[in-house]
This record gives sequence, C-alpha cells and structure tokens, in this order.
Amino acid sequence: MPVDPLLYWIVVPALGVGTYVIRFSFLGILGNRPLPSALRRALRYTAVAILPGLVAPAVLWPPATGGEVDPPRLAAALVTMLVGIVTRSVIGAILAGGATLYTLLWL
Amino acid sequence: MTVSIRSAFLRGCLASAPFVIVVGPFALLFGVVATEAGLDVLQVMLFSVSVFAGASQFAALQLMQENAPALVILATSLAVNLRMVMYSVAMAPHLGGASLGTRALMAYFLVDQSFAACQVEFDRKPALTLPEKVAFFFGSVVPIAPLWFAASLAGALIGRSIPPEFALDFAVPITFLAICAPMLRSIPHVISAAVSIVAALLFSWLPYGTGLLVAACLAMAAGALSEVMMERRGPHAG
Repeated sequence: MPVDPLLYWIVVPALGVGTYVIRFSFLGILGNRPLPSALRRALRYTAVAILPGLVAPAVLWPPATGGEVDPPRLAAALVTMLVGIVTRSVIGAILAGGATLYTLLWL
Repeated sequence: MTVSIRSAFLRGCLASAPFVIVVGPFALLFGVVATEAGLDVLQVMLFSVSVFAGASQFAALQLMQENAPALVILATSLAVNLRMVMYSVAMAPHLGGASLGTRALMAYFLVDQSFAACQVEFDRKPALTLPEKVAFFFGSVVPIAPLWFAASLAGALIGRSIPPEFALDFAVPITFLAICAPMLRSIPHVISAAVSIVAALLFSWLPYGTGLLVAACLAMAAGALSEVMMERRGPHAG
C-alpha cells in the first residue's frame, strides 16, 4: 500500500527530531549522570525485542504471495538467521539468505 | 592541525571503514523500498537525512504502508532507536567536554558505526586528549554518513526500475534478520528475540500495528528478567 503523504509529513519530521533528542540526551545535556541499572538493562534489549517481531509476520505470511506461507521465503529467513548466528557476519547472512531465496524461487 | 589530531582523525576513518560493506547496501535498499512505497526522491532523501537511522527508517516505512496511526508508528520507530541512549551515555564522559556546538553536531552523527568505532578506541587508549577523541569521532563518520546519503539517493533513483521477479519484498526481512542474528550473543538476547517473534505473530490481529508494540514490551521484559534470573543463579552455577 502506498504511503499516505499526510502521514509521511507527520511521522518523518517527528521521528527525525525524536531520534536527534535521543542521541543528544546525555552527550548534550545530561552529561555524566549514571543511568539506573534497571533502565540500562531494558535498553540492552530494545533492538532485539523489536526487529524480529517486525519482520515475523512478513516471513510467515508474505504480502507478495497474498499472505500464503511461502516455502522459499520461509527457508531463506531461517538460513539468514542461522548463518548470522553462526558466522556473526551480517553480509554473510544476507548473501546466504538471498542465495537461498533466489535458488528456491528459480527451482 | 597537529600531527596527533590528524592521525586520530585518520584512525577514525580506518576504524569505521569496514562498516561500509553493510551501510552501502542497507541505504541502497532503503532508497529502493521507500520509492516502491510511493515516496518521491525528495521525500526519500529527507527521510534519510533527518532520521539517519536505518532500522527505524524501515520500521516507520513498513508501518506507514500499513497505515498505522502516527503515534503508534512514532512509538515503535523511536523504540528501535532507544538503544542510542546507551551510546549517548557511553560517549558523554569522553566527548562531553567539547563545546555545545560540537556536541550538537556529534549527536547528529552518533550512529551504530561511529559509536562502535569510538567505544573500542577510547577503551583501548584512555590517555587520548579531548581534541584527539573528537577528531577520531569525526573521522569515524567520514566513511559512513556521505555513503548513507549517496546510497539512499541511488536507491531512490533506480527504485522503480527493479521488476517484481527479484522478490525485493523479501530483502527487508532478510536484512533485518541478518542484522539481528549477530546481536543474539547471550541467552537473554535469544529469549527476547524468540518472545518478540512469537508475540508479534500471536498479536498480529491487533489493529493499527499495536501488536508489535505489545510484542516489543513483552520481549524487552523477557530479556531483562531472564538476565536478572541468570545473574542470581550465576554464582551458584559457578
């Protein structure tokens, strides 16, 4: 679905400002104040808590196949994850996942 | 410019140079996907320049396409960027002595790659002076920022010419999984990611993309709690 222009003009400037405030926070104003350890602990998990969930529905029910489970896409996702965990290489994981997807789609 | 400052700047450039292999394709992909989502070149560039944080840009783009409410989109994408609070905290003791203008500029360029490069360098060389640290920081930005903008532009320009047979719809999930996988370096991280996936699927029926927010909160709590539990058990387990 194409992005609604009004939505774009609300979200992007606000996201830009909000992201800048996050980066500026301690470096800019708050200085050397220590962060409560509970907060520090929660922050460690922000990326890992959101990114897999963001893509999970698209992996299982891809919009490109009308929401039907698609074996090549599912296999590609699993291979990407596995290679990424084993090799710790982002590029290696992308290449392995892409190769799996194209090979299985082509077969 | 003194020799030590010039050498710190160059070391910064070298330290973040390897990240080029990830940053270039990631920005290119963003330009392509954003163009396919109906954004024009100016909108894509404004997006990449004002936000300058790839993962949150993809998250916002996907949720905008699903027509989620602006507040939900902002909450989710800003949550993706909350990790940068840690970067800001970690850099404050090293770079906090710089002038306000310099700090304001450095804050804009405080991204995953410059943080990673500086963290290693400042840990290894605690004797560096403030000007050297600032020079190193800006050096580490040089390979990253111009490439991010240029590759976004390139992606936006070629975007519409890529045919659907290339299955680019799936490039984003693959890239995200690839970025996440190396982050799974401890059991709590694995638990957090697993909860995120299961909960996002279970709650995907919730309206307006709120299912992902619920999943993210559960996953963050699961990660933090399992970390606490492992720490408590730690001494006994040896």
